[in-house]
Amino acid sequence: MHDKLQPRAGVQRVHPSYLRVFLTFARNSLVRDMTFRSNFIIECVSSLSWMAMNLGYYLLIFQFTPTIGQDSGWGKYEFFAFLATTLFVNSLVQAFFMPNAEEFSELIRTGGLDFALLKPIDTQFLVSLQKIDWSSLSNFLFAAGLLAFSLFNLTYWPTLVQIVLYPLYLACGVAILYSLMIALAATSVWLGRNQTLYEFWFYITNFSRYPMDIYQGTIGTPLRWFFTFIIPLLIVVNVPAQLMAQPLETQSWPLAIFTLFAAVGCLWGSRVIFSRAMLSYRSASS
Amino acid sequence: MGNAQTNPYGSANLSGAAGHAILRRRGPLVIWWTILRISLEERLVYRGDFALGTLMRFLPLVTQVFLWGAIFDAVGAATGQPTVAGYHYGEMVAYYLLTQISRAFSSMPGLASGIALQIRNGEIKKFLVQPVDLVGFLLLGRIAHKLVYYVVAVGPFALVFFLCRGFFSGWPEPTILLACIASLVMSFLLGFFLEATLGMLGFWFLEVSSLLFVYMLFSFFFSGHMFPIDMLPGVWATLVRSTPLQYLAYFPAAVFLGKIQGADLVWGLSVQLGWVLFFIVASRVTFYLGVKRYSGFGG
Repeated sequence: MHDKLQPRAGVQRVHPSYLRVFLTFARNSLVRDMTFRSNFIIECVSSLSWMAMNLGYYLLIFQFTPTIGQDSGWGKYEFFAFLATTLFVNSLVQAFFMPNAEEFSELIRTGGLDFALLKPIDTQFLVSLQKIDWSSLSNFLFAAGLLAFSLFNLTYWPTLVQIVLYPLYLACGVAILYSLMIALAATSVWLGRNQTLYEFWFYITNFSRYPMDIYQGTIGTPLRWFFTFIIPLLIVVNVPAQLMAQPLETQSWPLAIFTLFAAVGCLWGSRVIFSRAMLSYRSASS
Repeated sequence: MGNAQTNPYGSANLSGAAGHAILRRRGPLVIWWTILRISLEERLVYRGDFALGTLMRFLPLVTQVFLWGAIFDAVGAATGQPTVAGYHYGEMVAYYLLTQISRAFSSMPGLASGIALQIRNGEIKKFLVQPVDLVGFLLLGRIAHKLVYYVVAVGPFALVFFLCRGFFSGWPEPTILLACIASLVMSFLLGFFLEATLGMLGFWFLEVSSLLFVYMLFSFFFSGHMFPIDMLPGVWATLVRSTPLQYLAYFPAAVFLGKIQGADLVWGLSVQLGWVLFFIVASRVTFYLGVKRYSGFGG
C-alpha cells in the first residue's frame, strides 16, 4: 500500500485521503485488467453482444406494438432511452460494486475480512471499492450511444433542467442498488454462505428493468407499491429514465423528490446493517 | 456444481484394483447402478438450496407476465386484435411457463465447462484407464441430477402452475401430451449430447469459456427461452428454425400449446430425434479424436 497511508510512528490516528486511495484502487484494477488484455477485450465484447441481443429482442417487440402499455408514453425510442438508463446504472454498479460485493461474502466466509478490518481506513469503503471491473464500463459507452440515438429520434428535446438532473438521479439509482447489494452481502455474517441470496439479487433487480406502469391490477399495484416504497427498486431506473425520455410537463415530481430521500435512506440503512454485521463478525480464520 | 474439490462423483468407490475385480465379477449393470446411486445421494445433499433456487427462477417470469400484459394492452388498443405472432395473452404467459419445463429438461449447467476442465487439469485420464465410459458416466450423473431436481422442484412448479392455471385453456389431447413428453425427453438428450460435444472441444482449445458464452448467448435467445421464435421475421425465422436450439425450449412448449400439429408435429419430432442421434455420434467422434491427440503427464 501507499507510504502515506501507513500509520507513522507516534501518530495515533491517520486520516487517509479517500480520494487518493480510490484512485489507487482504480489504477491497480486497470493495471490488472491490462495485464490480461485479450481477456479484457473478450469480456467487453461479451457484454456488448449480450446487450446487442437484448436490443434485438426489444426491436422485435416493437415490431408488434407501438408502445409498452396503452398510452403509457413508452414508445420505441422512449423505451430505448429507458434501456440506456438501465445500462448506465447497471454498468456503474457492475464496474464498481459487483466484484467487491461478491468478494465481501467470500471474505466473511473465509475470514479474510480480518485484514480489511485491520487497515486504518473505513471498512465499508475498503470492501466496497477495492476492485473495479473496467470492462463493465464498455456497456456505459454503449448506453451513451444508445441514449444519444434515442434522443435524436424523439420528437422533443429534453430541457436543461432535465439534462442537469439526469446524472443526479443516475447517482441515486446507483446508490440504491449499491445499498441493497452491500446489505445483502453483509448478511453472510449471519447466514454463513448466501449463494442463493446473492442469486436472489439478480432475480430481484429484474423488476427494475421495465417501466413501473406495467405493474397494474390486483397483484401488480401492491407489487409496484412494495418495490417503490419498501424496497425502492422500481425507482432506480424509472425516475431518471422518465426524466430524460418524457417531456417536462409529464414529470412526477413527488416521486422524484421521494427518490432523493430513498437514496439517502438506503445508504444510511446499508451503513447500519453493515456496522451491525461487523459487530457480529467472528473471524473464521485462525 | 460439479467442482473438483468435492469429488462429486465419488469415484474413489470405483477405483483401485479391488474395485476393478469386484466390478468385473458383478457385470456392467451393477457398475451403472452404483454410479447412478452415488450421484443421486450426492445431489440430494443440496435439496434445500434446490427448492429455493427453483422458486426463485420463476421471479423473472412475474416481470414477463406484466410486461406482456402491457404489450397486449397496447396492441389491442392499436389494432383491435390483441395477438402477437398468433399468441394471445394467456398463451404467451403459458408459453413462458412451459419453457421453464423445457429448460428443466434441456439445461445442463456446468456440463460442457466441466468436461473442458477435466481435460485441462488431466482428470480425464481416469476414464482412459478405468473400465468406465466417460459419456455414459456423465449421462448417468446428469440423469441422477435431473431426477433429484424433479423430485424437489415438483413442489415449486406445481405451486406456480396452480397459481397461473388461468392462463392455460385446459389440458391438451392425450396424443399431444404424449408428443410433448417425448419431445421433453429428447430435449434432455439433445441438451446433454450437444453440451458434451461442446465440452469435448476442450481437447482442441484449452480454454472454451468464451466459446461457451457464445453458445449460451445464442441458446438463450434462439432456443425460445426469451421469446417464442414465431415472433422472428422472415429469414431470421428460417435461420433459427434450422438450428437444433429450438428443440431445447420452444418446441416442447409449442407442442403443448397446440401450435404444432399433424404432419408438422411428426416432422418436428423426427428432426429432433435426428439432432439427438447426430449429437450422440458427434460426442463420440469428438471424444475419440480428442483422446487420440490428448497427452497426459504425471499422476
